[in-house]
Amino acid sequence: MTMTDTASQGISVKQEIDARGSACPGPLMELIRGIKAAGVGDVVAVLSSDPGSNKDIPEWVEKIGYELVANEDHGEYHRFVVRKTR
Amino acid sequence: MKDKLNIIVMNGTVDKLLAMATIVSGAVAMGKDVTLFVTFWGLMAFKKGAWQDPAQQKLPAEYQEFAPMMQQAMQNMGVNPWMQTLRTAKELGNVKVYSCSMTQDLFGMKMGDLEDVVDGEKGVAGFIAESQDAEVLVF
Repeated sequence: MTMTDTASQGISVKQEIDARGSACPGPLMELIRGIKAAGVGDVVAVLSSDPGSNKDIPEWVEKIGYELVANEDHGEYHRFVVRKTR
Repeated sequence: MKDKLNIIVMNGTVDKLLAMATIVSGAVAMGKDVTLFVTFWGLMAFKKGAWQDPAQQKLPAEYQEFAPMMQQAMQNMGVNPWMQTLRTAKELGNVKVYSCSMTQDLFGMKMGDLEDVVDGEKGVAGFIAESQDAEVLVF
């Protein structure tokens, strides 16, 4: 699932984590760290240049039951926007 | 899917330790509790500072020729050292690390000789008892 840049427009992101340059499982673990610290309803974004993240992060979000607000393809990296729904 | 993953960490080579730490991370991400039972050559790799000391980092002999290439590729990719990956997983999830008491005696190692990521020591029966409702992997 790939959404456009507009998918996350107008959504206020509580924390933006730059995990570019970090390999698997780095970006996912940094996202988990950010989400743990966030409150219910907060939106956290993570930037990842690791190709594995494009499978791993959406799968994790689905399994854990949060909402993937956007998965933006910026070429060199992806930006995953996740809402902690519970 | 069981919610507990127990791993017997027997190998002390960097390739297996890195794979082990990555799998522990994935298990933590998916909400599993993880228990490591570190034994034999695995325990050598948990000696204080061993993971940072090139002289103590082992690779299997049959893949030795690939070591420089792998090291470069991993550096370029931003792969963290296995101990750092394991620590992050422990920080974010429920990961317990036990050293095998028999191996400790065998190598004459004290708890103080091991990285502080190790929570304590256990005998094999204790580990098996704890593994009753867990999936078990050997690394």
